Amino acid sequence: MNIVVLLKQVPSTESFVEIADDGVSIKTDDIKMVINPYDEFAVEEGIRLKEAHGGSVTILSVGREKTTESIRTALAMGADSGVLIQDPAIEGCDSLGIARILAAALKEIPFDLIIAGQRAVDDDGFQVGVAVAEYLKIPHVSMVIKEEIIDGKIRCHRTVEGGTVILEAPLPALFTTQRGLNEPRYASLPGIMKAKKKPLDIKTLADIGLDAEKAGKPMTRIIAMKYPPEREEGIIIEGDSAQAKAAALVKVLHEKAKII
Amino acid sequence: MSQQCVLAIAEQSDAVFRKITYEVLSEGRRIADSLGCPLTAVVLGAGEDISKDLGQYGADRILVADNQALREYVNDAYTNVIADIIDKENPCVVILGASTQGKDLSPRIAARINAPLAMDCVAVRVENSNLVVTRPMYGGKILAEVSLDGSPQIAAIRPNSMSIAKTAGAGSVEKLDVDVGKTDLTFIEKRLETGKVELTEADVIVSGGRGMGGSDFSIIEELADLLKGAVGASRSAVDEGWRSLSDQVGQTGKVVSPNLYIACGISGAIQHLAGMSSSRVIVAINKDPDAPIFSKADYGIVGDLFEIVPLITDEVKRLK
Repeated sequence: MNIVVLLKQVPSTESFVEIADDGVSIKTDDIKMVINPYDEFAVEEGIRLKEAHGGSVTILSVGREKTTESIRTALAMGADSGVLIQDPAIEGCDSLGIARILAAALKEIPFDLIIAGQRAVDDDGFQVGVAVAEYLKIPHVSMVIKEEIIDGKIRCHRTVEGGTVILEAPLPALFTTQRGLNEPRYASLPGIMKAKKKPLDIKTLADIGLDAEKAGKPMTRIIAMKYPPEREEGIIIEGDSAQAKAAALVKVLHEKAKII
Repeated sequence: MSQQCVLAIAEQSDAVFRKITYEVLSEGRRIADSLGCPLTAVVLGAGEDISKDLGQYGADRILVADNQALREYVNDAYTNVIADIIDKENPCVVILGASTQGKDLSPRIAARINAPLAMDCVAVRVENSNLVVTRPMYGGKILAEVSLDGSPQIAAIRPNSMSIAKTAGAGSVEKLDVDVGKTDLTFIEKRLETGKVELTEADVIVSGGRGMGGSDFSIIEELADLLKGAVGASRSAVDEGWRSLSDQVGQTGKVVSPNLYIACGISGAIQHLAGMSSSRVIVAINKDPDAPIFSKADYGIVGDLFEIVPLITDEVKRLK
């Protein structure tokens, strides 16, 4: 089975995010960049499916030079090859633009199954994976916490408000990951050594048959960034006893905040 | 733009509208008023009997496709039907909820009709007949203003972030005959925990963290039940296996904004703070006076949660 995993490199979630001088992006110089956590589940699931059914796992990413580090990490975990689409025209692309680029790249990569993160934890867009499926005209299931492949079909447990829904799709199909799908492995030392020799192709938009002018034109554009409003300094509720503190809290929630 | 409409997509589960539907309609009405155009609601998979109520939330027209194949949300059938309706109605704006359904549906529609989409909007305004939305990024560490360019402009709004407004109007209900078109997905089964309040829709959330020391969350559950709220958990409580993943609040879990968030035994890792700091009132209970959670809390109690939480429950009971 040919599996393709869509991967994005993002700032680690421990990062303090600072708005850059342009006001519409963040400072990335001192930030630790990692595989998007939801894509890490995708890499792990892809490798497990390869181990169970045979085949190969290709990592496909749109990014910068530095993204090769994250692709190498996925290769060290056990993926077989990587493709990075890197082009100055991609800067400023919106989610649908990225999805169009990925879909164009996928025209040259054989696949039975595509796995993507439900969202990237930087722009929290929730769009790319699903839109790739639409551009490729294949079915998708998003936020999958469990899947099995039987007789050319994939059965997915999708998380929804208050529970799960089970859906089935014929392959080729795409699914996006939910936390709980698996526990991603760490790259082993031999894995890291092997990864250095695995193929990693870097391609431009022209290489995948896209016109740089058109591909990059966004329909959504960030015009400003700000920090969430600072919360007013809180009050530590004092009291002689736990009882007094609890009573004082409920009183203030009832009378002042009018919540209880 | 005057002949165009704002199209609001309702969301139902077992023929009951989810709360987000009223938020979508109310915000849709406000956008329609700014643009000076009518609001059209779309209901898939439920009857005219419940659909007519949407007139009270600002819908001028209510299009109802009560087709058996649309009873349960299935992506491809819904995408086909809604793309057809958009083609016919030619709306300038499409608004829907950024629920798990909206997050699954809206990118597919946007890609199909080549329209701009903004996910998880917490505010929407109209500037020169275009939408400018505010949406959180980096798990809520940043708020971005995003301008949309193209037509129709699709805004998926974050649950619990727009106010619900009733109006005096009564919309006209129109029955639609729809074609679900070519579909690949098969709905097998739905497994819902009954009676559980969904975190992203809850007015009150009581959360437990590492300080709970184990999987016994009964004191938290009791307080949450009493306040008709939901139980949340920090990542460490989930990683320990004390709570299910669907309870996790934070950057890699659910981002929530209830009226009241009570954090019990949660120290306040940056990922957790990002996921709950847009709550209206935050209460923190923690043994450690230096816990970062106190920096986000409106009210803090330094002390043993096992002693304090049951006392709070007692006090609330007394009040009621």
